[in-house]
Amino acid sequence: MTDASLSAVLPGFPQMLKGRWGAGGMSLTVWLGLLGVLLTRWARFGAGWGGPLDHQIASLTVVAGLLGAWGWSMFDVSRPAEMERSGIGQWSLTARAFKKNRVAVIGVMVVVWIYLIALITPLIAPHDPATQASLLTARLVAPGGEFPLGTDHLSRDVFSRIMYGARISLSIGFIAVGISVTIGTLLGAVSGYLGGWVDTVVMRFVDMVISFPRLVLLIAIVALFESNSIFLIMAVLGLTQWPGTARIVRGEVLSLREREFIEAARALGFSRRRIILRHVIPNALAPVIVTATLGVGNVIVLEAGLSFLGLGLQPPTPSWGSMVSDGRGYLLDAWWISTFSGLAIVLTVVAFNLVGDGLRDALDPRLRT
Amino acid sequence: MPLLEVTDLRTYFTTDAGVARAVDGVSLQVGTGETLGIVGESGCGKTVTALSVLGLIPSPPGEIVAGSSIRFNDEELLGVKPARLREIRGNAISMIFQEPMTSLNPVLTVGHQIEEVLRLHRGLNKRDARATGVALLAEVGIPEPDQRFDAYPHQMSGGMLQRVMIAIALSCEPRLLIADEPTTALDVTIQAQILDLLVSLQRKHGMALLLITHDLGVIAEVCDRVVVMYGGQIVETGATEEILTRPEHPYTQGLLASLPGIGDRDVRLNPIPGTVPSAVDWPDGCRFRDRCSFAWERCAESAPDLLPVDAGSSRSARCWLVDPDDSSSGLAGEPT
Repeated sequence: MTDASLSAVLPGFPQMLKGRWGAGGMSLTVWLGLLGVLLTRWARFGAGWGGPLDHQIASLTVVAGLLGAWGWSMFDVSRPAEMERSGIGQWSLTARAFKKNRVAVIGVMVVVWIYLIALITPLIAPHDPATQASLLTARLVAPGGEFPLGTDHLSRDVFSRIMYGARISLSIGFIAVGISVTIGTLLGAVSGYLGGWVDTVVMRFVDMVISFPRLVLLIAIVALFESNSIFLIMAVLGLTQWPGTARIVRGEVLSLREREFIEAARALGFSRRRIILRHVIPNALAPVIVTATLGVGNVIVLEAGLSFLGLGLQPPTPSWGSMVSDGRGYLLDAWWISTFSGLAIVLTVVAFNLVGDGLRDALDPRLRT
Repeated sequence: MPLLEVTDLRTYFTTDAGVARAVDGVSLQVGTGETLGIVGESGCGKTVTALSVLGLIPSPPGEIVAGSSIRFNDEELLGVKPARLREIRGNAISMIFQEPMTSLNPVLTVGHQIEEVLRLHRGLNKRDARATGVALLAEVGIPEPDQRFDAYPHQMSGGMLQRVMIAIALSCEPRLLIADEPTTALDVTIQAQILDLLVSLQRKHGMALLLITHDLGVIAEVCDRVVVMYGGQIVETGATEEILTRPEHPYTQGLLASLPGIGDRDVRLNPIPGTVPSAVDWPDGCRFRDRCSFAWERCAESAPDLLPVDAGSSRSARCWLVDPDDSSSGLAGEPT
């Protein structure tokens, strides 16, 4: 059987046979997993197209994931072997160093899978996250049977709630970090490049934000607003996360600004804005990528903490932190509520940290071999 | 009217040790199409002079003192609006730096960096900028310019990168090119190629060249006129051939005497004794007197001006030895 025909049936498998288990394994598991979803949930998949937005997105994700895995594998086997090793730009060197780090590659696979599950949750969740099966007969049911991870004190399915909770945690992590990285990078770069009073003002502001106990600040801000919408949580977490990034970027820019190519850029008549955006920031991006990845885990934990304290999202929105909090009172009778939602937090945060650590090593030329 | 006219340029830096007078009263002119060389030891103010012309002195700690004047094409550059200065930089006046390896942005392809200048100053669209850029790479002698256009700086050698730098500097057909030690970081065979390239491009485009170097060999090969700098001042100026064959200032004589000759392996090198004094604390009187073998009382008492060597010629030297009215040295007239 040729690689091409093998890859048409089992995308990623030919690559795995050649020892490229990271990329190959990823597309193979995505392919098989989504195919399984498609076959077992065919009715929901079909109904999804006319349903609510998250349902449509779920069906779209299944199609895109299947096509993506298949298309990548077919393209990969058809291209000449020397092409894959030809890149010597900064990013392909980084990618090659990253692939050598097995633990980090596993982290990427876990992250991709968590995102996929979050996206296709409406197709695969056995129950609705807010529906109570029966307060009389289905409260605190132990894992197994109809409820794979049991039910909580309001007779809701823990497994479904964890899956729906992934969507909340991941989107909060993603968007809050997006906000913080944008603000932190711009402020850090401007402050480091311009120096002088701009630098002083920005950095003293950073000191001020950092010196505040973050959780107290978050509690105060959240308490100010009556309704805790997901956007409020995202904004609040994002707006308190950036000072670390700003400091790192500033430090990087302080050394970049003395480099000759920045002086050359000035001698070519480039404006300060152009130099900062096109020449300084791209060179300072490596540590930003690392802090961003690690920051996602950090934000997810913070959101869980807020929810645990009852300051997170409004019930019945499923959130991992509030589930841990809900199960707290039943830890002896119904350990599964807090344990499984807690495990979901741990798995996600560990995966993001593994990716972040791997990126840090891969982006540091001194650690390359 | 000269293309570039620098008058009494003083660029001072505030340091912890005091005010460093890095450039202290430099006046020079570069005519259209002319090549002027600035030669001198490290720390004599060559580079600061060039950066001052482009307005690239970081402030603070640097400051161009009031009373200085830099006129380019009959336009005063000191105190001009930053936007106007950016229009001139890279467009009418370009600069090439010493270290080609670090003068290009490592995360962008060389083509991208050429395109950026062409699009900014000449308003070309992406396709025209690429075509022009590839033609420029071909013009500076880069083989396979079409492929090299998409290469990253770390994929090219130092000589190739200096050619790329020249291509970028020439992309807007500047009227004045400032080359700050363009060959110092390259090995000798490449040095000659880059110099030849600079000279031929200069002739082709009719631009003026301000060449900064510490290498008298480079000066001899390329320049029409020379300015010798010492201690932030011009100590001697004149036509290249006269300066190299009949140096008047003891410093210039010392520079020439310290050159090693090919073949005389047994002869010891003949360096100028001592080191350059600190820019924070120049000696009173003549700044070279501590290292000068001709120095006498008058050199400590008062500093000489840039004195004409012969009446009617453009040569001048900052030394009491060329002062025709002086007899106190005992060997007035011709120093030997």
